[in-house]
Amino acid sequence: MFDYNKYLRLNKLPLIWCPGCGHGIVMKSILRAIDKIGLSNDEITMVSGIGCSSRLTGYVDFNTLHTTHGRALAFATGVKMVKPEMTVIVITGDGDATAIGGNHYIHAARRNIDISVILFNNNIYGMTGGQLSPTTPAGFNASTAPYGNVENSFNISGLAEAAGASFVARGTAFDALKLDKMIEKAIRKKGFSLVEAMSPCPTAFGRRNRLGNGSKMLKQLKDDSIPIAKAAKIPTEDLTDKILTGIVVDRDLPEYTENYQKLIDSLQDKSK
Amino acid sequence: MENKKRIRVMTGNEACAEGAIAAGLRFYAGYPITPSTEIAEILAGLLPRIGGKFIQMEDEISSMGAVIGASLAGSKAMTATSGPGFSLKQENLGYASMAEIPCVIVNVMRGGPSTGLPTLPAQGDVMQARWGTHGDHPIIALIPNSVREIYDLTIRAFNLTEKYRVPVIILMDEILGHVNEKVILPSPDEYEVWNRVKPDVPPEEYLPYQETESGIPPFVSFGEGYRYHVTGLVHDQTGFPTNDSKEIVRFLERLNNKIDRYKDDIIEIDEEKDAGAKIGIFSYGSTSRSAKRSVIWAREKGIKIHSIRPKVIWPFPEKQIAAMAESVDFIIVPELNFGQIAHEVEWAARGSKAEIIKLNRIDGEPINPQQIFDVIIELDGR
Ligand SMILES: Cc1ncc(C[n+]2csc(CCOP(=O)(O)OP(=O)(O)O)c2C)c(N)n1
Ligand code: SF4
Repeated sequence: MFDYNKYLRLNKLPLIWCPGCGHGIVMKSILRAIDKIGLSNDEITMVSGIGCSSRLTGYVDFNTLHTTHGRALAFATGVKMVKPEMTVIVITGDGDATAIGGNHYIHAARRNIDISVILFNNNIYGMTGGQLSPTTPAGFNASTAPYGNVENSFNISGLAEAAGASFVARGTAFDALKLDKMIEKAIRKKGFSLVEAMSPCPTAFGRRNRLGNGSKMLKQLKDDSIPIAKAAKIPTEDLTDKILTGIVVDRDLPEYTENYQKLIDSLQDKSK
Repeated sequence: MENKKRIRVMTGNEACAEGAIAAGLRFYAGYPITPSTEIAEILAGLLPRIGGKFIQMEDEISSMGAVIGASLAGSKAMTATSGPGFSLKQENLGYASMAEIPCVIVNVMRGGPSTGLPTLPAQGDVMQARWGTHGDHPIIALIPNSVREIYDLTIRAFNLTEKYRVPVIILMDEILGHVNEKVILPSPDEYEVWNRVKPDVPPEEYLPYQETESGIPPFVSFGEGYRYHVTGLVHDQTGFPTNDSKEIVRFLERLNNKIDRYKDDIIEIDEEKDAGAKIGIFSYGSTSRSAKRSVIWAREKGIKIHSIRPKVIWPFPEKQIAAMAESVDFIIVPELNFGQIAHEVEWAARGSKAEIIKLNRIDGEPINPQQIFDVIIELDGR
């Protein structure tokens, strides 16, 4: 049995998450990945925004910073620049990262700053009761889209890739073991890394869209998932409702804090 | 030689950047906006030379966030902005107030609202500096009136924020930001530099929001072996969210009392009182320079004046104004807005016979000494 206790603030339990919520599965995946890498609690700063997912930072025994809605990456950028030796992990939701925090998300990826983002994508605003998110699929209902969503939705992994992230992967709460590996790789990777973790929200999304309880929604995630390699052989029209899982991109690009340190060193040399 | 180096001709924006470094600034995040941009430009050059960090963020919201993150990670941190950018800072400025993270925010005021008058001076953000973010919160705001004073008060801003764990705002304006003045900068032994008070207990006994006797909890940076939680939610002494009404009251009272309790230590004014003066002047920032000239002219005419100039505008020097109001008939309040601080002066002078005389200008031009002098002459004849 994996010992989660060494990473949890046990006196803060029970979790606020609803029964059937996928966020707990993703949290455990993160803890297993951290353990695999062998990081100590002190070496990690975990930063989150606002939302159900972002409440995670209250439960884990790291240096934890629960910030304002959408701004986790901005705070994390300050932490990472001052203490580049720390492992900085950002916990965020689809609304937090790509609606209100969209600008910070794009620019953190562009700088390729060595921060790992675990984005809990439940296609809805869970915390505030089920309003439309940038990732709510077209046609689905939200409390602020009572006749079905008429907007197009974001491909948030694609966004990170286009913006310049070193590592991007998409997994699901159904396949937690694969998720472990993606998160492990993301944390190990130098540069901006994103793991988009699809996570069911039975309360604010499932119920309104008649998707059933948490386990039914997990099953749906399994049915909708298709590995990226396999998907490459399928015409795009047939992939619209699919979740493409796996590593979207893994590449070596210059990292921001390292570049900045080089700048400092070069100026020091000159002044000698 | 050393002395010669300290004689400089510099702008207010330069003095602010260099004063910050003298105080120990090692992290700056900002977004360009006139008339504050030079502060960022200067620090982009200076900081990496001394091992510090500079970053131009994607907007003012993230600049404020990065500053808080940097401070929490152990750096003295600052951002500078103006008008619209100051509005964008407000949400995370409230976070810094709530989570008690030391930081300095410079606002080089320009005409508003909205994009307003980007290249012209104003003093329209003095109330925003007090109440810009939502909810009751502690704040300190300094308001220098010369290039040398910008240097000094920037150092003081860092000292205050480190000591009280309250964000400190420096209110400058376009004139002060851009004016060139000859200054003799102080040598390091002429000013004090204060640093955050660290805990003297081991990590397992550390309470990040402890109700200490001083009301100010000791502060340790992330990454020093003291793992704790920081949130913008109302929290208890351990730093975790609470909904317990007793704890909510205790926390919010302690947070807000930090200012009330230490206001005599924080407030700083410049006061000149002619015995028997019937006319008072309360002026601040660049406007106080004109006021000073008009007072010289008035004295030449034999008119006695009692003048107060705050170097710290928040907390407000109520007690000092109340004392002045006891002996004068009028208090002139010249300001580059429609009378924001005049209301505060009126409140401070309540119960006295002193009449508050507003003198306002909002066309992007400074209030000149003649304007104030004319009012003095008129009041003297009443
Ligand atoms: C500035 C601001 N605007 C709005 C809110 C209200 N709010 C809190 S959480 C949230 C949405 C969170 O959704 P998401 O990031 O997808 O996370 P989830 O709760 O679904 O995990 C909103 C709109 C807020 N806290 N702050
Ligand atoms: S509302 Fe949704 S996202 Fe929030 S805890 Fe409940 S199931 Fe999870």
